[in-house]
Amino acid sequence: MKANNHDELLTDHNHDGVDRRGFLKCMAWAGTGALCVMQGGVLKSFGLGDAAHKHASGELSFVQISDSHMGFNKPANTDVVATLQAAVAKINALGAAPEFMLHTGDITHLSKPAEFDQVQQILQSARPKEVFFVPGEHDVLEDDGQQYRERFGKNTKGAGWYSFDKKGVHFVGLVNVMNLKAGGMGSLGAEQLKWLQDDVAHLSKSTPVVVFAHMPLWNIYPEWGWGTDDSAQALSYLKRFGSVTVLNGHIHQTMQKVEGNVTFHTAASTAFPQPKPGAAASAGPMKVPAEQLRSLLGVTDVNYMRGKHALAVIDSTLE
Amino acid sequence: MRTKRWMLWVTAGLVLAALGYIAARRIATARPVEASNVELKIDNFSFAPASLTVRVGTQITWTNRDDIPHTVVEQEKVFKSHVLDTDEKFTFTPTKPGIYKYYCSIHPKMTAEVSVVQ
Repeated sequence: MKANNHDELLTDHNHDGVDRRGFLKCMAWAGTGALCVMQGGVLKSFGLGDAAHKHASGELSFVQISDSHMGFNKPANTDVVATLQAAVAKINALGAAPEFMLHTGDITHLSKPAEFDQVQQILQSARPKEVFFVPGEHDVLEDDGQQYRERFGKNTKGAGWYSFDKKGVHFVGLVNVMNLKAGGMGSLGAEQLKWLQDDVAHLSKSTPVVVFAHMPLWNIYPEWGWGTDDSAQALSYLKRFGSVTVLNGHIHQTMQKVEGNVTFHTAASTAFPQPKPGAAASAGPMKVPAEQLRSLLGVTDVNYMRGKHALAVIDSTLE
Repeated sequence: MRTKRWMLWVTAGLVLAALGYIAARRIATARPVEASNVELKIDNFSFAPASLTVRVGTQITWTNRDDIPHTVVEQEKVFKSHVLDTDEKFTFTPTKPGIYKYYCSIHPKMTAEVSVVQ
């Protein structure tokens, strides 16, 4: 299963007539790897084999890693330390050093202090020194995220949400893994939604916005809880912006969708893969032959080019 | 017009009879498990069995058979387990009759219930 899909996708991010339907699906399953470059308001997607990486260098470059599940030791991956180290090596080998990293949650498997310690220690060897986190449900077990916030959420609001600006791009880290209701999916809650509305209210509509959270902010597969109950409300506050990129983890595979001005993207895990929606009896860890494992794990490289509304999202496997 | 009203009454009668039959069956199938303790498992992101009737005082034990941690949390917090990693167990012994609806607070799509009778 080598990465080489040549599907090319075009959509209109500025509502200037390329694609009025405003809806498009570009799904890159785990292991296939896709590069999506937005240029002049048009998003193009190539397979990684197309050597289109060159188009992706921009003024702001950062990487997303996700679901390191430190402490997991079952057959799907008995050495999550080694695969996280491989992810760091991959990041350190990138041509241009990314300015910072995003970790979109499930840092640990069981919220144990030693698991958090180990991830922090491994990430210290990455070239980007700054890491922005959001928690996954595995990071807030037993203590409603208190330990997580002491380590990673010092200047955050509520359950750990916050925003910051980098080179004209506005980043918003959201928490959708707390106070989950029986029968439901991820949840942002009224307090956080109000904060988000206020947080983006002062921005000009030409500001590129990147939103990151652990659970997908679009309904990928509600049967497995792969979505967020009140994500539509959050997205309604972002409708007026010309370029919105939503980065999530949780489903341990890469997937992408473009809807109107919003590009949704989920990153691979650095620990173990999960099945495609509905492809197995449950969302549990997918056991694959050892030699295949690293082709299903990965890191995501994101580049922004000023003036082009351009955020290029590149997934690479750990092979 | 008169025929129509007559048919309406017959239909309503049939519906009521059917509902009564279903209710009777439910009660029949919900006969409690006569045992001092029962074992439930958590497997493939579900509780099994998803619905069960026991008597007050029956010890109920859940065992997590998944590679992923789960919890067993009653919706009104009547009982609440710690996080159960693979093969870990949680036990609850009801002292009052009632219908206890519970879920996994980490994976809230996982829901189930235990009915407790005297």
